[in-house]
Amino acid sequence: MARADQHNIHVAGQTSGQPILFAHGYGCDQNMWRHVVPRFEDRYRVVLFDHIGAGGSDLTAYDPVRYASLQGYADDVLQICEELDLTDLIFVGHSVSAMVGVLAAEAAPERFAALVLVGPSPCYIDDEGYVGGFSRADIDELLASVDSNYLGWSSAIAPVIMGRPDHPELAQELEESFCRTDPDIARKFAHATFLADNRGDLPKVQTPSLVIQCTNDVIAPVAVGEYVRDQMPNATMTLLDATGHCPHLSAPGETADAIERFLGSVLPAGR
Amino acid sequence: MTGTEDDTVEGFLEALLDDDPQTLYDRAPCGYLSTTPDGTILKANATFLDLTGYSREALVGRKRFVDLLTAGGRIYHETHYAPMLQMQGSAREIALELICADQRRLPVLVNSVLEKDRAGNPSVIRTAVFDATDRRSYEEELLRQMKRAEQSEARATALARTLQQTLIPPHLPVIDGIDVGAEYRPAGDGSEVGGDFYDFFQAGDDWVIAIGDVCGKGAEAAVVTALARYTLRAAAVQDASPARALTLLNEALLRADVDRFCTAAVLRLGRTEGGWVASVCAAGHSLPIHVAEDGHVAQLGMAGPLLGVLDEVELTDTTAELAVGDLLVAYTDGVTEARSPGGDFFGEVPILGFVSAGSGSAPEIARSLLEAVVAFQEGHVRDDIAIVAVGIR
Repeated sequence: MARADQHNIHVAGQTSGQPILFAHGYGCDQNMWRHVVPRFEDRYRVVLFDHIGAGGSDLTAYDPVRYASLQGYADDVLQICEELDLTDLIFVGHSVSAMVGVLAAEAAPERFAALVLVGPSPCYIDDEGYVGGFSRADIDELLASVDSNYLGWSSAIAPVIMGRPDHPELAQELEESFCRTDPDIARKFAHATFLADNRGDLPKVQTPSLVIQCTNDVIAPVAVGEYVRDQMPNATMTLLDATGHCPHLSAPGETADAIERFLGSVLPAGR
Repeated sequence: MTGTEDDTVEGFLEALLDDDPQTLYDRAPCGYLSTTPDGTILKANATFLDLTGYSREALVGRKRFVDLLTAGGRIYHETHYAPMLQMQGSAREIALELICADQRRLPVLVNSVLEKDRAGNPSVIRTAVFDATDRRSYEEELLRQMKRAEQSEARATALARTLQQTLIPPHLPVIDGIDVGAEYRPAGDGSEVGGDFYDFFQAGDDWVIAIGDVCGKGAEAAVVTALARYTLRAAAVQDASPARALTLLNEALLRADVDRFCTAAVLRLGRTEGGWVASVCAAGHSLPIHVAEDGHVAQLGMAGPLLGVLDEVELTDTTAELAVGDLLVAYTDGVTEARSPGGDFFGEVPILGFVSAGSGSAPEIARSLLEAVVAFQEGHVRDDIAIVAVGIR
């Protein structure tokens, strides 16, 4: 099976338009982009996907070795780009996927026209001279949180999440299952996400980049957004009035405005 | 109903009527919070303040809900809870820990709804907070037990696989003038030791091939399987007759006082001047198939009784001359009794087709037969499968 088939890919918008790929962060799936995507469908070829292990992806394709580091997720993005022949690509990544985009652009800069990093953090754990916002003990606590919400996952609901339409009686529960996945995968994804340190990759990416930073983001504080902007050779930052970690949900209009302004400033006009 | 009881009920009703909405809110058996869509606390009931030890002034307008969570809980909130609330308008039964005024951690279960104004914009989040201290410690115990069970299961599976490997030869012998093939596939996911076995060994100048099936599976069956394998080995060294070896196995099973029977077939191959001669005996087991070089197919041997049931068994050897190009195939009932999802049996006829096609070496024939049987069951192998094949070169 082509890898793209395992990612629950949805393509919308203009077939001949410039491609814009939206990558969801830790915890949920491509539905997160629901309110932002319509703003781009009139000009762009919009591509949405789920990371392996999330949403409607093929959970059987989850390989704990491949996905032990963010590189595995970046390799997936590049594979999707290849299989869908995406070039001159605008990559929009939320949270952990911001760094996935950075890694992908580092490996194949020729594919990427622009990066939009929503709530990025290259390293969540504090280090000498760097404030990521968390300690190792905090991350262990998160893993405990994932475990204590283990109960949200049951073998009855697993087939729904794994995309088994032959069980219509479980469709009702599907809505409830949003943001829920196999706790074992959730725990491993949390490891890969929150223990990553990709600070060294930021200076290597020349692609024009935008950091979209929320006020009062407990996961990626403003200082971290500024760090990403300063470390990347070609990055600017927009500080939103929106609070929290998911401006594409809480303030989709403001988020889409910021993306559009940025694209207008860095991409050649008339496309 | 007596007058006194009437009065009591009325007394209760009066107490309920006195329950004004404020009291209902404040004294509800769960904590209530109202926050702005970004989580800033607007209102908290008395139960919530009692649970957490905060004063109203310390919370209202000053703290956001996430500020009351542990660092790990904050990440969980931002990556799961808040998105769920925004996407679905509600989130239920989320396990979190609140940091209380005295820094104590309070395990809670939280339900929230997101209210929207007339224009459809989020206006307020209402949250109910349940003290889950006891429940959480119980659930943690369950989680610990589950992890322990998962570990035990993994260990048991590893043990079963190791044990299984001791019931079949680690590798097949290289025999001058004979091509040998063997396949083994345990039922299910291989997490249990199966009852099928096979063996190839030398006895004097002869080669002996044994195949069998002990009823049942698991450790108890494995004990019998090991017994069968070693008894047949020891017997074959003492006596050239397969029937005699199987008779000794019958006695060993009865003596061992195990409540399990067994089927087995033994083929003994001896060199003659022009080729090989096979003596064959089967006890309760499918008869081996002999495919002559010219394509003629026949079952070899006479059907005998199961082993480990009767005190006396009558078993007879059958001999056959084997020429270059001849093939012998033996198998367990995991082949013949394999069932398709539709309920059909694989049966014997397709086996004859496979072996008489005359294509391929003994290992290839064993492998393709196994693959056919697994495919017939669409991968859901319900019984162990063992297949041995011998080709005269």
